[in-house]
Amino acid sequence: MTKKLLLENVHIEGINSYDVYRKNGGYSAVEKALKKMSPDDIVEEVKKSGLRGRGGAGFPTGMKWSFLAKPEGVPRHLLCNADESEPGTFKDRYLMEKIPHLLIEGMILSSFALGANQSYIYIRGEYMFVLRILEKAIAEAYANGWLGKNILGSGFDLDLSVTPGAGAYICGEETALIESLEGNRGNPRMKPPFPAVQGLWQRPTVVNNVETIAAVVPIVNNGGDEYAKIGIGRSTGTKLISASGNINNPGVYEIELGLSVEEFIYSEEYCGGIKNGKKIKACVPGGSSVPILPHFLITKTAESNDRLMTYESLAEGGFATGSMLGSGGFIVYDEDQCIVRNTWNFSRFYHHESCGQCSPCREGTGWMEKVLHRLENGRGTMEDIDLLWDIQGNIEGNTICPLGDAAAWPVAAAIRHFREEFEWHVTNPNEATKRNYGLISEKVFEKVNA
Amino acid sequence: MTSTEKNIEFPQSILDECNRVIQLFPEGKQKSALLRILHIAQAHFGWLSVEVMDYIARMLHIQPIEVYEVATFYSMYDTKKTGKVKLEVCQTGPCMIEGAERIITHIEKRLGIKVGETTKDGIFTLKGVECLGACGYAPMLQAGENFHEHLTEEKVDALIDEYRANPTANYMGMIND
Repeated sequence: MTKKLLLENVHIEGINSYDVYRKNGGYSAVEKALKKMSPDDIVEEVKKSGLRGRGGAGFPTGMKWSFLAKPEGVPRHLLCNADESEPGTFKDRYLMEKIPHLLIEGMILSSFALGANQSYIYIRGEYMFVLRILEKAIAEAYANGWLGKNILGSGFDLDLSVTPGAGAYICGEETALIESLEGNRGNPRMKPPFPAVQGLWQRPTVVNNVETIAAVVPIVNNGGDEYAKIGIGRSTGTKLISASGNINNPGVYEIELGLSVEEFIYSEEYCGGIKNGKKIKACVPGGSSVPILPHFLITKTAESNDRLMTYESLAEGGFATGSMLGSGGFIVYDEDQCIVRNTWNFSRFYHHESCGQCSPCREGTGWMEKVLHRLENGRGTMEDIDLLWDIQGNIEGNTICPLGDAAAWPVAAAIRHFREEFEWHVTNPNEATKRNYGLISEKVFEKVNA
Repeated sequence: MTSTEKNIEFPQSILDECNRVIQLFPEGKQKSALLRILHIAQAHFGWLSVEVMDYIARMLHIQPIEVYEVATFYSMYDTKKTGKVKLEVCQTGPCMIEGAERIITHIEKRLGIKVGETTKDGIFTLKGVECLGACGYAPMLQAGENFHEHLTEEKVDALIDEYRANPTANYMGMIND
């Protein structure tokens, strides 16, 4: 049984209310921190824990915190990124819906550590029902003295509120999130300056994902060293995984990093295997933007090592034969799914979500969508496949924010691993509109990589 | 878009909510409340007319263009009139696998409209939208603040009947799976 740090109490009746959360040990980390620890002590524990950003980038949280500029007399801000928009990802919503006080407790601890007195949770607009759950929980926290002036007599003041986006994937990028929170269009900013120096209202700002901030609670409660004991190597602690697609038990699971992919997919405790007794064809392990893996690279790496749910193991082999843990949006495809169709679908998503600032992304995502639509509908040519490869290569690395890369990678990986399926769409246009290709062969892959 | 002087009014309860939201930000940073206020206005008026956006600009002491550019950037805002209930079917990745297209086709037949259109009685608008963060509960649609998950044709029929009888139920903020 996996050790649970975030969702341990999630099934307790009424845990979304203050009283039940408090009765089950809630806010004890705030008591400990404000009475016995200095802000730097908390930063130190977070560094020791090895916690890495849970939104997708996996950057060490303690290090990110230590970059925060602290000029005299200038307010600093902590922003919680609850924009959760990466297709395949719905873990933050689950956490906020079920156990909202855990996020609030994490916000208090993190704000104290960073010396921020006014913090915001920026939540995607579609989660308005979750925003209302959070607002109710925040009101309870104020009423019980956990927010406001001079919390627990410590002299630390904190105001916390939640504010919505309005349907823009791009606002999950931290500088776009800041723009949006200022009441502007979500156009990402050039970096530098980084938010740690000039963020919200030009003030030093830290932006952290919901799950990252929630993880600070067990880190303060048990110590960073205890947290670091869980997991393998530089992948410490637990991770929330959103599982979807053709599996028996879709949902949100808290896993110890280091669990094998095989166990995650086939164990009854997690995904419960492939639905309807089908075979697995492919898997996107970390949200729509990470490279898709063909069936023979999912549970084993190209080196025949067991593939594990860690930042390193999922990336083993680089983009040639690996992928990324990303946001933990784990999408499973069975043998009846069409990779060309799925890639077209994702391209349409990125085309829709491009903010339009950078030409490679604005134009390139649209071209990719068009070419993929043509291929999927039996009107593509062999040159189209090369054209796609060319376009994605011209987007990657040529944009202000990572949305360009996020749009390019799924197309590149699909062509890299499933080229024969793309070619089959060209050579068998009629058949391709009637049936799906099925599993791809390992032989082609071996030939390509020989 | 042309600005007009036509008077529109926000009821006191809505004004109070707007003021509460403005207070969440420091002095001089009231523009940060813009996205929330546009949501509040859209929930009340159904869509964001130029008059409504101009009113909000005056409320926040910003230029009307600052409101228009935001209202047209974010996909949740409608600057054209829509039906009272927007059925927004997620069609991205995991929802596609689980049959989003089947659900859209069913709604199109049932309501006699295509994606992007509004029924003659002005009650329903059908939209195809991108990932709403409910991938594990696919297929799904959003209606106002409500998420409807694990959809089947029967469930869709039932909720269409429900909303037709009570269109304002789409702002209950409930999850119905």
